[in-house]
Amino acid sequence: MSNPATASPTKALKDWPLWEVFVRSKQGLEHKHCGSLHASDPEHALQMARDIYTRRQEGVSIWVVPSKAIVANSPDDKAELFDPSGDKIYRHPTFYDIPDDVGHM
Amino acid sequence: MYTQSLSIPDAPAPKIAPVAPVEPAELQAAFDARVAADGRIEPQDWMPQAYRKTLVRQISQHAHSEIVGMLPEGNWISRAPSLKRKAILIAKVQDEGGHGQYLYSAAETLGTSREEMLNALHTGKAKYSSIFNYPTLTWADVGVIGWLVDGAAIMNQIPLCRCSYGPYARAMIRVCKEESFHQRQGYEALLVMMRGTPGQRRMVQDAVNRWWWKCLAMFGPPDSNSAHSEQSMHWGIKRISNDDLRQQFVDATVPQAEVLGVSLPDPLLRWNEARGHYDFGPIDWDEFWQTVNGNGPCNVQRLATRVKAHTDGQWVRDAASAHAAKQQQRAQPEAA
Repeated sequence: MSNPATASPTKALKDWPLWEVFVRSKQGLEHKHCGSLHASDPEHALQMARDIYTRRQEGVSIWVVPSKAIVANSPDDKAELFDPSGDKIYRHPTFYDIPDDVGHM
Repeated sequence: MYTQSLSIPDAPAPKIAPVAPVEPAELQAAFDARVAADGRIEPQDWMPQAYRKTLVRQISQHAHSEIVGMLPEGNWISRAPSLKRKAILIAKVQDEGGHGQYLYSAAETLGTSREEMLNALHTGKAKYSSIFNYPTLTWADVGVIGWLVDGAAIMNQIPLCRCSYGPYARAMIRVCKEESFHQRQGYEALLVMMRGTPGQRRMVQDAVNRWWWKCLAMFGPPDSNSAHSEQSMHWGIKRISNDDLRQQFVDATVPQAEVLGVSLPDPLLRWNEARGHYDFGPIDWDEFWQTVNGNGPCNVQRLATRVKAHTDGQWVRDAASAHAAKQQQRAQPEAA
C-alpha cells in the first residue's frame, strides 16, 4: 500500500476521479448538466459542486455522477442513430392540415 | 476574468523542425464547413491538431489567469475597510477561483490533464495575464481592478461566449454572468471614495493613473503584430480583433470616468467626430513585453505565492485521497 505522505506532489490530484454535475434550478424542473469537476469521493464531489456551481442560488438539488459511468454513443454513429427520424415528418403535428374553422387543436 | 495574453505564446518548446500535420481531407472539409457555418465543435468531434493545440493553450492560460488573479485582490481581504467590502471581496475572489475551475474543466475535454496544466503554470512554462504582475498598492486599486481590469476582461470575454468550441463557449457564458457583479462592485466602491475626502479622491485618481495603460495593453498586441489572431478568427475562436475590442473599451470607459469624476491619464484622448470613436495615445508595448517575459514588478512573487499555496495544500489533497481509499476499502465485502 502506498503511503500518501510519500506520494509525488500532484499524485493525489491525478487520483481524484472526474464527476459530472447536474443541478435542478428549482422545484418542478429537471436536473440539468452544468459541468464537471475532480473530487476524491462522492461526498467531496457534492461539496465541490455546491461551491463551484451554486454560489448564487442556482440550484435546489445537485446530482454528481462519476464521468466514467456515463455511456455515450460514438460521434461516428450519428447518422445511423439519428438520420432515420429525419424523413418521418408525419411525427410532427405541423404535418397535418386542419381547417381553420376547427380552431386550436 | 482575464484574457490579455491569449495571443501570447507560452515559453518555447525545444526547437524541432515544424512538420505540418497531414489531416484527413474529408474530415478537415467537414470541420471547415461546420466552423464556416458558425456551428459548434464538441469534444468527441474530429478537429485539426493545430485547433486543439491552440485551444489548450488559450483555455489553460485563461484558467491560470483566473487563479493567479485571485492573488492581488486576495491581499486586500484582511484589510478591506468594512465588513461589507470584505464580504464582497471574498465573494469576488471565490468567483475567480470558480472561473478557473470551469476553464480547467473545459481544457480537460481536449485531452490535457489538470496535472499537466498546473505543472506548466508552476514551472513558469505557461503564461497568465500579465496584468497581475503589477502590485495593488492601495484600497483604490481593488476598486480600479473591478472597474477597469474586469471591465476590459468582460469586453474580451463576451465574444468568447460564441466561440466555436462548445465547452469553452459554455464556460464563458457562466463566467460573463458573474463578471458583471465584479465590475459594478469596483465602480461603486470608487464612487463611495470619490464622495469622501480629498485624500480619498486623490487615491482613486492615483490608482486610475497607474492602471489605465496596463488595461489598454490587456487586449493584446495591435492587430498588425498579433501572432495568432488571424488563424483564431478563421477558426471562430476569436471573433473581434484586439484593436477593435480596445476601441470598444475606451469608448465605453470615458463616459464612466466622467461620471466618477476622474481623468484618464492620456493627453491625446479626445472624441473623433469623423470616426465616431475616441482617439487615444500610443501604448508602451516595450513595458508590456517586459512584463509578459517575466520582468514585471511582481512576476516572481506571484508565481512563488501560487506554488506555495499549492504545496501547502498538499496534505489536504492527500488526506482526501486517503479518506476516499479507506471508504472504498470498507465498502468492499470481506475478502475470503
